[in-house]
Amino acid sequence: MLRLFAVLVPLLLLFFYVALRSGPLAPVPVTVVMVETKQIRPVLFGIGTLEAKYAYRIGSVTSGRIKLIKVDVGDVVHAGQVVGEIDPVDLDERMSAQLSVIKRAEALIRSAQAQFRDANARKTFATGQAKRYGLLQSARAVSAESAEAKHQEAEIARASASSAEAGVHAARQEFASLKAEYQGLVKQRHNLLLLAPVDGLVTARNAEPGNTVLAGQTVIEMINPRSLWIDVRFDQLQSADLKAALPARITLRSRPGHIFSGLVERLEPLADRITEELLAKVVFSVLPEPLPPVGELCEVTVSLPPLQALPVVPNASVHRVDGRLGVWIIEGSGLRFAEVRTGMADRDGNLQILRGLQAGARVVVYSKSALHAGSRITILNSNRKELTL
Amino acid sequence: MISLAGRDILHGWGRFLLTGVGLGLLIGVTLSMAGIYRGMVDDANVLIESSGADLWVVQQGTLGPYAEPSSIYEDTYRGIRGMQGVARAANVTYLTMQVRYADRDVRAMVVGVVPGGAGEPGQPGFLVAGRHLIGSRYEAVADVKTGFSLGDTVTIRRNRYRVVGLTRRMVSSGGDPMIFIPLKEAQQAQFLKDNDALLQQRRRTEANPLFNRPSVPGLLEAVIASQTTNSYVNAVLVQMKPGYDPDVVAENIQRWKRLQVYTRPQMRTILVDKLIATSAKQIGMFLVILSIVSAAIVAFIIYTMTMAKIREIAVLKLIGTRNRVIASMILQQALGLGAIGFVVGKIAATLWSPFFPRYVLLEPGDAVRGFVAVMVISVLASILAITAALKVDPAEAIGG
Repeated sequence: MLRLFAVLVPLLLLFFYVALRSGPLAPVPVTVVMVETKQIRPVLFGIGTLEAKYAYRIGSVTSGRIKLIKVDVGDVVHAGQVVGEIDPVDLDERMSAQLSVIKRAEALIRSAQAQFRDANARKTFATGQAKRYGLLQSARAVSAESAEAKHQEAEIARASASSAEAGVHAARQEFASLKAEYQGLVKQRHNLLLLAPVDGLVTARNAEPGNTVLAGQTVIEMINPRSLWIDVRFDQLQSADLKAALPARITLRSRPGHIFSGLVERLEPLADRITEELLAKVVFSVLPEPLPPVGELCEVTVSLPPLQALPVVPNASVHRVDGRLGVWIIEGSGLRFAEVRTGMADRDGNLQILRGLQAGARVVVYSKSALHAGSRITILNSNRKELTL
Repeated sequence: MISLAGRDILHGWGRFLLTGVGLGLLIGVTLSMAGIYRGMVDDANVLIESSGADLWVVQQGTLGPYAEPSSIYEDTYRGIRGMQGVARAANVTYLTMQVRYADRDVRAMVVGVVPGGAGEPGQPGFLVAGRHLIGSRYEAVADVKTGFSLGDTVTIRRNRYRVVGLTRRMVSSGGDPMIFIPLKEAQQAQFLKDNDALLQQRRRTEANPLFNRPSVPGLLEAVIASQTTNSYVNAVLVQMKPGYDPDVVAENIQRWKRLQVYTRPQMRTILVDKLIATSAKQIGMFLVILSIVSAAIVAFIIYTMTMAKIREIAVLKLIGTRNRVIASMILQQALGLGAIGFVVGKIAATLWSPFFPRYVLLEPGDAVRGFVAVMVISVLASILAITAALKVDPAEAIGG
């Protein structure tokens, strides 16, 4: 009999223990934290790509075939350096033809000048003759007819001289026009050269000699490697205080353990309407060496100025119950749900409580299951900040 | 008056107890099976509860987001937020996939939620460690069932996420633990192909003369950029202002936004009646068979126990014991056996339930129902033995 009870009684005890300690009847283990008043420093986390502030796309202004490309990706080039050339086709021939035409125009000027001198000489002689015959006629030594004939000759000679002078002028103008035309061709020829606008680094070579390119098509891309910055996108949530000159910490995807310091250079006035993000530019304080590739993914953490001290709870303690946002406060051995208004949060998950909670209250942080007002709870040691229940 | 049943049990209590324990293990299996069914239903309910939503807005004509794929534009939620009766609306994505961690991978449901707002729809309801997602990216909150701990780095597609919070009982309707990551990364994860596929897609686009026109520089880049974005989400979770009728709000959204909307009861119907219907029936069938087998085993045990002492019963009849006494002795023994079996079964089921890979929910109501069923089965099973005992000829006591 006794032996039977010795077996049955523990069995029954075990049964009641099991029934009360597991399943819905069991108390919920929770951890508790004391609400503290403290300053928090919110951070914003953005993601962006490394871009060059100044990027250049060098292309031809006319359509044509590429004659040569002198640089390759990775080459360092200097301002004014020829990086490539578009095939001039017949431009050189047209230029040498133009040069010949200019030389001819020069000869024409000389010819016109000679004609002018010739006409001038005739004019001087005819004018002298006319003067002499005028004197002779007044002395009645020659007939009036002869004197008038000399006068006419002098007039004709003057007109010829004027015409010759105009001929010189025209020849000079012709020369100037042809020269200008030639200079235009020289400029066009120069335009076919692809020149580096600044000192920089070649990042792409989009066409090869022999390729035909359109006017405006990019042939060589280059950047100014000293002008690297990060095009960062921040979620619009909680980003009210983001502004220029705030310190930033940058992590490159290729160097996950390394943090570079930087600065917000500017906040773009236009936000992204579709992705609901703010755009900002962040610059490195000191450029990383070796330079990371443009387009690399970067994580940027911007620390905002510290906020005023308010009651703060871990964000894990905030719940929504029946549409109301609040925290579970420990009162005696029971629970009470207190509605709160929350403010900003920091990177460690501390959340400001604007209303509804005083410092010193004990609130539930972690619980093994969802809580409700009638939940039985057991409070676990909450000295440890994080406790896996 | 002495208890005949008690006396008899005491006579061979070891055997009686062992029989009870054996029966108990069988009952434990039956209770576990009921627990597995309850667990499946609870998984579905917990999915509904944990989403924190009153309404699910999904693609028109789909049973999304859990039972069928659904995709809607990510800015749809703005229009919904403006509807009357809507308090909060949040985008969400769900994707069941293998999440890599170190040299193993875990099947999990990756949930993309809008980070930042504690208590926003879609966020895990409670944590057991760490913190909720804040505005940061590349962070994850995982269910403890994944086996991850705080600070672990897990790989989802090409990105690595640091586990910053742990939660419990956040599972998909298939029982896979959930991993919460920020929405933007989840959208990428859902859409992003592996690098080789991306490269091949680019090549294919480049080879297509429609997209790679020499006369339109920049077109190819634009096409490729448009191919590598994802502006879709799976659903919008809506929380309602108090005092509004969910059906009316759902009807309005359905009518004016041309989207499918499910209320909580409808979602429960989809998850419980549609998604797990076959497996639930499977388990239900098995439960019925187990109950029948248990009843049969109890009947046989009582019958053989009675048959083993048929000579003693004949003696009792010979000395004029009434039938009622004999019947009650057998009945009491059957009920005792059932009670021990139930106690052992309940303990066994509770003890081994945490080791099941899927959630096993042992409800007190089920335990009570189980107890009643065991008792009824014991009574019914003892009828066979009682009939046999009562039919016995008293002469057998002195005969052969």
